[in-house]
Amino acid sequence: MKDDRTTDTPVLRLSGITKTFPGVIALSKVELALYPGQVTALVGENGAGKSTLVKILTGIYQPDEGRIEVDGTETRFPTATAAQDAGVTAIHQETVLFDELTVAENIFLGHAPRGRFGLIDWSVMKAQATEILTRIGAKLDPMKPLRDLGIASKHLVAIARALSVEARVVVMDEPTASLSQAEIEELYDLVDRLKADGKAILFISHKFDEIFRIADRYTVFRDGEMVDAGMIDDVTEDALVEKMVGRSMDAIFPQRHSTPGEEILRVSGYSHPTEFADINFGLRQGEILGFYGLVGAGRSEFMQALFGVTKPSKGAVKLDGKVAVIRSPAEAIAKGIVYVPEDRGKQGAITAMPIFQNVTLPSLSQTSNKGFVKMADEFALARKYTERLDLRAASLDQNVGNLSGGNQQKVVIAKWLATKPKVIILDEPTKGIDVGSKAAVHEFMAELAAEGLSVIMVSSEIPEILGMSDRVIVMRDGRIAAEYERDELTPEKLVRAAAGYQESAA
Amino acid sequence: MSITDGTQPRNVPDRLHGRPTRILRSWELLLAGIAILIFLANTQASPYFLDPWNLSDATFNFTEKAFIAFAMALLIISGEIDLSVAGIIALASTAMGWALQFGIGTPGLIVIGLTVGLVCGAFNGVLVTRLGLPSIVVTIGTMSLFRGISYIVLGDQAFNGYPTDFAFFGRGYVFWVISFELVLFFIFAAIYACVLHFTNFGRQIYAIGNNPTAATFSGIRVARVKMILFLLTGLMSGIAAVCLTARLGSTRPSIAFAWELEVVTMVVLGGVSILGGAGSILGVVIAAVIIGLVTFGLGLLNVPGIVMSIFIGALLIGVIAIPRLIRLIRTGKAA
Repeated sequence: MKDDRTTDTPVLRLSGITKTFPGVIALSKVELALYPGQVTALVGENGAGKSTLVKILTGIYQPDEGRIEVDGTETRFPTATAAQDAGVTAIHQETVLFDELTVAENIFLGHAPRGRFGLIDWSVMKAQATEILTRIGAKLDPMKPLRDLGIASKHLVAIARALSVEARVVVMDEPTASLSQAEIEELYDLVDRLKADGKAILFISHKFDEIFRIADRYTVFRDGEMVDAGMIDDVTEDALVEKMVGRSMDAIFPQRHSTPGEEILRVSGYSHPTEFADINFGLRQGEILGFYGLVGAGRSEFMQALFGVTKPSKGAVKLDGKVAVIRSPAEAIAKGIVYVPEDRGKQGAITAMPIFQNVTLPSLSQTSNKGFVKMADEFALARKYTERLDLRAASLDQNVGNLSGGNQQKVVIAKWLATKPKVIILDEPTKGIDVGSKAAVHEFMAELAAEGLSVIMVSSEIPEILGMSDRVIVMRDGRIAAEYERDELTPEKLVRAAAGYQESAA
Repeated sequence: MSITDGTQPRNVPDRLHGRPTRILRSWELLLAGIAILIFLANTQASPYFLDPWNLSDATFNFTEKAFIAFAMALLIISGEIDLSVAGIIALASTAMGWALQFGIGTPGLIVIGLTVGLVCGAFNGVLVTRLGLPSIVVTIGTMSLFRGISYIVLGDQAFNGYPTDFAFFGRGYVFWVISFELVLFFIFAAIYACVLHFTNFGRQIYAIGNNPTAATFSGIRVARVKMILFLLTGLMSGIAAVCLTARLGSTRPSIAFAWELEVVTMVVLGGVSILGGAGSILGVVIAAVIIGLVTFGLGLLNVPGIVMSIFIGALLIGVIAIPRLIRLIRTGKAA
């Protein structure tokens, strides 16, 4: 067949791609083929290796092994420019655009049409920008500054930018994550138009409804391996979910015999103008309560409101049956609620300060006399909690920034335990840390719960949620979507509730 | 403590290096060395330098600026800055001179000077902490604002005729050649060193300067700490205004002109990171002495004021650039 819109020869084929990072195999011999005029959906849990693959496709990472073929000829993408020259372009979750520049400038940044003396040819650029914007059905003034546009329009600019270089392969990494339903529909139309144009599209998404709406093919990644690929018509949603999560529980979680006690925390009607709405739940003493959801479901935003960083618009918190007003982290800490943030480097640790000073920062009143610090007490307090967490460091005087991610996390957790909290909120506690530290953190969480501390654990990793939680709350679009007790929990239920896809009645 | 995997006993010491190593590696030791060199150079440059009264006079070159520099050091460590300090001096001095016209005595004048300092500090602090404006912009604005008010009040006039007992605060001697200002300098140095290095408040200043977000997340009331620091800087400027006005015996609107640069130079030369988060009061004390010695030495050699300001400017740039250059050379070798 000569019709190149439906050929069976892939534009781009990856075979045997392996990529390792110190201590982690991110991708192991994966295969991927992208066909012109077709949308291939790439599905997999967080940490399955999707982002690594995108970075290899766009020339940001180099694979350790494997072949990249474009039109059947082997090639390499040593730089991002090389990938772009080969016709591969990506639209990321959070696109890098410049608010102070115009739409046209954003579209052509780095490859603007030049006129005499190498100056930018504005009229040509404007015309070309208008042409591209029309092609994707975006009614935007190319001379408008980007800061005047809404999120969805910015997204269109990002897409226009991707298409301004003659792209043959378009990678879309969770493009609908920040869009409203109407905007998502527009994006679908755009994808259809790109298909008709003969582009090969790699579509990364967690949402099953959209995968079945627009994809022609699918590829499933799990733990850095490609587990299945095929035509979307030959697969059901249930089968896809199973392939995604059907893993052996390779991480070993501590055995827990939990007997949660009295209810210690009760949150009712917590709402925020934009991030979350109507959050109601209770937390018992000694319980580990998991919070699962997709990235952007509002879990961290809710936790930060509970910790007093942001203000909720309504809602109430009761601690030990008494109404607790929390307007700042200082008040939350005083009442016994502490929060281990997801972003360790920015919110958790002060990396340029020594370990012992990080640990004692919220507990200075414990290690001081009339406002004067007692350094010996500080070292003693820091030692007590870091030893329990099996911290590996050269000395307690060492700056936190010189520690590995896992050990930094141990310092942050030690800091909070030293305040003797009633409720500890852990936001993605093992994200980006090595396997050994991960196990140490898990074991320690179990120990804390056994001692009667109540734990809220926000996690996007299904094994961690399954392995650690007594009870799980699933959030979707800022609301509680489902709640499961430990014994009724299955990976499939979690994925369905988080993605908003209900079990098929059949 | 249990040894879990048998590879190594996990005995994390409190500190890796003892006190001698930490002192040897410190910026303060280097500064002290520089101070001694300049002192020796001065003894060679002029035979009059070692005279006790001359040395005593030399201290007036830095004492009043150093009062402000101590508070400024805390403010810069917390990640903010106040460039309006010289403007505050002008306004506080003008207020005192104006009050003088109504026959207000020495105690009243001091209260007015300090109050104006506090109010100006509060004004800066509110703009920065409540409205979230960047302090460098706010205080460049208030720098002209405060001095502008004294120009309006005074024009090309001057307030004179301060009471004789008022002069003590600028020209008084406590014992032999030891001036009142020098005593005050050591008292303030001790207080600020204590606050910064040995109190919870000082620790919170470092935490805020290094990472304001993590500091907030650790329960530190960042806005309140910064507000206190702006108030302190205003108060110290008020104190400097009292001493300087007493020493000069008159108020002109150009009083303490461009002092903010010398104060910031002192702080940065003292090893305080202009980006916040690091520095010590001892460093600022030595830096103050260095600047005092240099200005005095150049004065003895009859070097004109313009050359001195070139020297101060070069010193400031040198101090910031040299550590970075050293790091560049080191990493260049490593690569």
